[in-house]
Amino acid sequence: MIVRELELDLDAFEGPFDLLLTLVLREELEPAEVDVAEIVLSFCERLEEQGRLDLDACGEFLVLVAALLELKARGLFPEEELELSELEPEEAAEELARRLADYRRMKEAAGWLRERLDSESSRFFRLGPAPLAPRVERRLAPQDPEGLGAALRLLATEPPSVSLGHMALRFPPVSLFLERFRAVLRRRRRFDFDSEVGGLSRVEAAVAFLAVLELRKAGEVSLEQASSFAPIRVTRAGVEQKDQEWIARSA
Amino acid sequence: MDRPLRLIAANPVDRLARVVEALLVVASQPLAVEDLAVAANDDAERIETALRLLGERYAEGRSGIVLEQVAGGWAFRASRDAAEACARLFERPVERGLSAAGLETLAIVAYLGPCSRPDIARIRGVAADSVVAGLVERGLIAEAGRDGDAAGAVRYRTTPLFERVFGLESLAALPRLDDLGGDADEIRARLEAVAEKRPA
Repeated sequence: MIVRELELDLDAFEGPFDLLLTLVLREELEPAEVDVAEIVLSFCERLEEQGRLDLDACGEFLVLVAALLELKARGLFPEEELELSELEPEEAAEELARRLADYRRMKEAAGWLRERLDSESSRFFRLGPAPLAPRVERRLAPQDPEGLGAALRLLATEPPSVSLGHMALRFPPVSLFLERFRAVLRRRRRFDFDSEVGGLSRVEAAVAFLAVLELRKAGEVSLEQASSFAPIRVTRAGVEQKDQEWIARSA
Repeated sequence: MDRPLRLIAANPVDRLARVVEALLVVASQPLAVEDLAVAANDDAERIETALRLLGERYAEGRSGIVLEQVAGGWAFRASRDAAEACARLFERPVERGLSAAGLETLAIVAYLGPCSRPDIARIRGVAADSVVAGLVERGLIAEAGRDGDAAGAVRYRTTPLFERVFGLESLAALPRLDDLGGDADEIRARLEAVAEKRPA
């Protein structure tokens, strides 16, 4: 018989003994939930079915079930581990006897309750909610119906709708600046980009810059900037041969 | 000429008994003498006299309704003669399917309560969580504070319903723990006595 393959059907677990041990060791199953006596019974039943005493299986089972029992005991009484380990064997035996006696008494008490339940089975009575509903006296301040009306009216009026205008960016069309710069370049040969967009918002300035880039792409203007962040000079195409050549090269 | 029926008793105790009777009919759980005294606006001693009067009137075998002292108060229940008829119409769901584990746990809470789930697990040797939850759901036990401070384990005690279902006047009506078999010598003596009685 292979002990590890012993099939178990417990309240907390159903499957082979091997899997139960694995789950307990992985802490996926609480040892306190495992009914060890039930496991021992299952094993004994299997042993009886075999009709012969399998000493190897018994030995293996004893080791495994003892380990499980120890894990369970530690799980149930974590704080008592130290306390109990300090006991002398005689004292430990006494402690065990005391606990067994305690349990026996409770078992007897449970038996008494069972008998009582049977003898009282003819007891019928009206059942209701457990506690009496407490009578709470609510003391309200003197009420003014006019005031209540005013408060309700205040609640009933629709609140002003909140403007969400600031949440979306408004981009002016690029064509607006294309026209504007073409008009400027018809009057002047060149202009300073910064002074032309002065007073515009950041978004408008960005769109104006896109317009300048469009003009440059179409070959209508040439651009100059002495260094980073220096003023950008926009010059009408054909005004400076040098610029024109540069445009041609970069295009 | 016929004498008119006297529907209203002149005796003040009788009048009080009627009030107490009415209160007990309305109540869905046992009422203590103090509760009755407050509601009837009378003193406890006179209430007890009235209860004695009602006790005679509503005694087992005299009426379909029986007045009994249970769960620390007074309550009406059906007479035992009517139990069969009651059982055909009503269930006793509180104790239906109460397991051995449930009864053991109930005994522990009744004798040692308020006690926590770890206390119960120490005595029974298995985790008590699901059994305790089942008893709480049935209304036989209820939470009663915590161990130590607010972070301690929840403690439980039996409810008045427990006493009522088991027909106990109070928890004091439980047999004394010392009288229950827990003594090793006594257990042995009892086993020997049983063995002697058994025919050879």
